[in-house]
Amino acid sequence: MSHSMKIVCNGVERVCAPQTKLVDLLCDLGLEPDTVVVECDGVILRREAYDTHLLTDGSVLELIRFVGGG
Amino acid sequence: MLWVNERPQPFAEGMRLANLIASVKPGADLFIVNGFPVAADTELRAGDHCWLIKRGEIPSPDEIDFLLHARHTPGVHQRVRMAAVGIMGLGGLGSAVALALARIGVGRMLLVDFDLVEPTNLNRQHYFVDQIGMAKTEALRETLARVNPHLQIATVNERLTAQSIGRLFVDVDVLVECFDDPVMKAEALRVALTDLKGIGYVGASGVAGFGDNNTIRTSRIADRVFLVGDGESAAAPGQGLMAPRVGVAAHQQANQVVRILLGED
Repeated sequence: MSHSMKIVCNGVERVCAPQTKLVDLLCDLGLEPDTVVVECDGVILRREAYDTHLLTDGSVLELIRFVGGG
Repeated sequence: MLWVNERPQPFAEGMRLANLIASVKPGADLFIVNGFPVAADTELRAGDHCWLIKRGEIPSPDEIDFLLHARHTPGVHQRVRMAAVGIMGLGGLGSAVALALARIGVGRMLLVDFDLVEPTNLNRQHYFVDQIGMAKTEALRETLARVNPHLQIATVNERLTAQSIGRLFVDVDVLVECFDDPVMKAEALRVALTDLKGIGYVGASGVAGFGDNNTIRTSRIADRVFLVGDGESAAAPGQGLMAPRVGVAAHQQANQVVRILLGED
């Protein structure tokens, strides 16, 4: 089994450890999970799913981060 | 031919404004010809644009409708008038979006906020000193009625959740996200892309400070789903929310709503 896997995040390829949870990726990216909308392989994920969702090799993610103010 | 209150009227040589008052606007006490106030005995020329106004009188629904028809063309006005738009959050973005849409005659709006008008809101939000302490829903409804009293404005005075967003806005044509809180901004977009799929949506992120005008952009996220802002400028100490830049973003949101309603995007 490989020691790493590749994912594509907002069009940029990234290497991460197998069994990486989405929430851990978001934290690594310095993002507050509650303020990010995630589409993973074409599916919009519910916020509750972030903590358990495991990324798989080849996953394609689109992240939209929100900042406060309105 | 000349134009009186935007409607064509036959013209006759030697005609004076006073000749029109009885037939067009009895009781009129203010007369405008080609943009300038004049006396009632002013002689008219063919092609003049005349306005006969009775001070203090509120135009009827038909009169306002006719004016908007004339301004926007009938095809555009009809679609705007029939539209239903939901606005989530009535702060600097939401209050300005609502005003812009009311001015062009968007027929139905559903306005939702849980907040009261505070003195600190007045640097950017469309409220007035005499409205401090009112619910924003009520204060804004009052202001919109001063622009056009014939619109259908529904309000809900509560804090929205993912569940209530999915429930309250199922019947709108376009939903506008004008929250302050980035957690709610993300929550609302998730709902828009799942439970409310198919409804037009215009959100916002990155509107604080006084950065470059042209970094405020409108980006397409999905079919009929758009985000406005620079994506980065969070409200923070030293980078507050200010009427000009929040207004740039709000009016990009409002224009995007119009584009969705008219099938341009």
